[in-house]
Amino acid sequence: MIRWLVSAIGLCIVATHAVAADPIEIGIGYLGQAGVKAKLSLVEQPAENDGIAGARLAIEDNNTTGKFLDQRFSLQEIRLREGEDAAKAATELAGRNGFIILDLPADAMLKAADALRDRGTVLFNAGSIDERLREQDCRANVIHVAPTRAMLADALAQYLVWKQWKRWLLVVGSHDQDKLYAEALRRAAARFGARIVQERTFEDTGGARRTDSGVTQIQRQMPVFTQQAPAYDVLVAADESEVFAAYLPYRTWDPRPVAGSAGLVPRSWDASLDQWGAIQMQNRFVKLNSRRMTALDMQAWTAVRMIGEATSRTKSGDPKAVSDFIKSADFSVAAFKGQRLTLRDWNLQLRQPILLVDGRMVVSVSPQEGFLHQVSELDTLGFDRPETKCKLR
Amino acid sequence: MWRRYLLCGLIGWIAAATPAHAFVAYVSNEKSNTVTVIDTDKWVVTKTIKVGQRPRGIEFARDGKSVLVAVGDDDKIEVIDTATLEVVDSLPSGPDPERFAQDAAGKTLYVANENDNTVTVIDLEKRTRIGDIQVGVEPEGMAISPDGKILINTSETTNMAHFIDTATREIVANVLVDARPRFAAFKRDSSELWVSSEIGGTVSVIDPAKRTITGKIKFDIPGLRREAIQPVGIGITKDDKTAFIALGPANRVAIVDAASHAVTKYLLVGQRVWQMAFTPDEKYLLVTNGVSNDVSVIDVAAQKVIKTIQVGELPWGITIAAQP
Repeated sequence: MIRWLVSAIGLCIVATHAVAADPIEIGIGYLGQAGVKAKLSLVEQPAENDGIAGARLAIEDNNTTGKFLDQRFSLQEIRLREGEDAAKAATELAGRNGFIILDLPADAMLKAADALRDRGTVLFNAGSIDERLREQDCRANVIHVAPTRAMLADALAQYLVWKQWKRWLLVVGSHDQDKLYAEALRRAAARFGARIVQERTFEDTGGARRTDSGVTQIQRQMPVFTQQAPAYDVLVAADESEVFAAYLPYRTWDPRPVAGSAGLVPRSWDASLDQWGAIQMQNRFVKLNSRRMTALDMQAWTAVRMIGEATSRTKSGDPKAVSDFIKSADFSVAAFKGQRLTLRDWNLQLRQPILLVDGRMVVSVSPQEGFLHQVSELDTLGFDRPETKCKLR
Repeated sequence: MWRRYLLCGLIGWIAAATPAHAFVAYVSNEKSNTVTVIDTDKWVVTKTIKVGQRPRGIEFARDGKSVLVAVGDDDKIEVIDTATLEVVDSLPSGPDPERFAQDAAGKTLYVANENDNTVTVIDLEKRTRIGDIQVGVEPEGMAISPDGKILINTSETTNMAHFIDTATREIVANVLVDARPRFAAFKRDSSELWVSSEIGGTVSVIDPAKRTITGKIKFDIPGLRREAIQPVGIGITKDDKTAFIALGPANRVAIVDAASHAVTKYLLVGQRVWQMAFTPDEKYLLVTNGVSNDVSVIDVAAQKVIKTIQVGELPWGITIAAQP
């Protein structure tokens, strides 16, 4: 009698497994660098999981949709230490994942992209803002979700011009990235009608960033550094290297607002955004990750969501099908920015509004009203189609 | 000839015998945490009722004696007595309720819990939670089929309309629509289910029996960039012939021939128009303009906006019924 029962149960188990369809497994890799980049402000120190935390939330969101569509998403992470080879790590991830989210400096990103070019793996740049990756160094297998320096600079310039703060004192750091940012800001000023009345360089003379003596010396150094400037409305600081900009607000010789790398900062996302349903996004993120969401988190989230959007509509996890769909004219993604986000077909850059934030609140969102464009107002930010050096290959 | 006089007299007699509209509209103001009460005869605000935090979904209870309003940040549904115009009670709702739907008998309440990917089921007589259904990410839109058998819930980030069997409380089908679906509405004859996609910019027409999309309504307003056209609320007349669709930051309501699905007109209203309600006699349609803090009154037959009424901050939902 018991034997009958046991075999009946056994048969049922086998039958269920045979009948139930296995979900399509969609593997997404995340390739970033180990360690965090130190910031001048203690409050702004990035978390160890900056970026990937956003990807994890998107995997959860994709899986919620996925359970209705028989698709299951998973995330595999690799962190590169100093000196480790990006191409090797990317190839390892490509073994089990058809899609990889990258948060790497430009050269490493290109190595990874070139190593995987013939493999069909779809890559998403969630971290690098370098212009050349979308221009002379663009790649057909890389989709850019992070904004470019020019998009960030243009977003800021549009607001400053709207505000009629058109005379800028530009202070540039001494490192290469600072100079790239300054270049983008100069271009933005010329494009939108601002005037750089003077440029100054802040030399990085090394030394510890954090000491116990705090502000006393800085309080005296910054006014001296910014004195005797020609008449200006706003100090725009280009300091991606985190050497001086955070020390400038409220310490300039003349009472002037600071913008750029400190003060009013352009970003793709901020934890203070609550409009366009974003509060729902912020709540879900805090619940999962026990901290607030950064721009890098949101860029990673958006990349993973783009994959989920494509797999839900193509009903497929195949990288080629997904890539073709994402690159098609109909593709768009909803990312809590109040409008659909689409790809620029000439260089695969995601068009997006840019927030201007002061660290506590969202001050404005660019593109500003009044800056017109025949195709999309979002194309007033960054390099436009007629200016591009990109030939996708 | 005399038949014509008789007919005319009959019409005149009926018109005289019909009482003047005694309707009242309740508007939830998401930011000011109030509900505005509007007299639809005089088109004036008669009271502003203080409610809990973040009021959004609002609807007359089936017996007309109270108005239910979901106060999202307080995690409950408040009950406003329509005679005294005061909050007299509250109902459980699950966390962060946004919209809800009542069954025809007024016995069961289905609540979309936006932060928790859940629809909570409340027994209105016992005033307790009797179950929940796991849905997609950020549920909002709620609609019950005319025969009461199917509950539709739309999930904003999952981009689906979920078909839920009200007897078993199981999801029986999912229809993928365009990005960010916000609102669902059935035609009275059950032939079509309409779902608006705010970011996708379309309204999907779904066959409720086959559970497939049979068409999409698209909008085009000369001179206005397409991204600004964001359909949210839908109102279909009782005869299933005409539909009105709120287009969000396009600041317009589209009038659609509900049979051919062709857009016949755009009416300019206030800023960021989202939700709407007909007066019970369908003479007027009131729409909420979130960013301009007002309500526009549309004469349904004339297809014209006749009035704008100032309400509270960020008006969200609206419900209209007879004065008690």
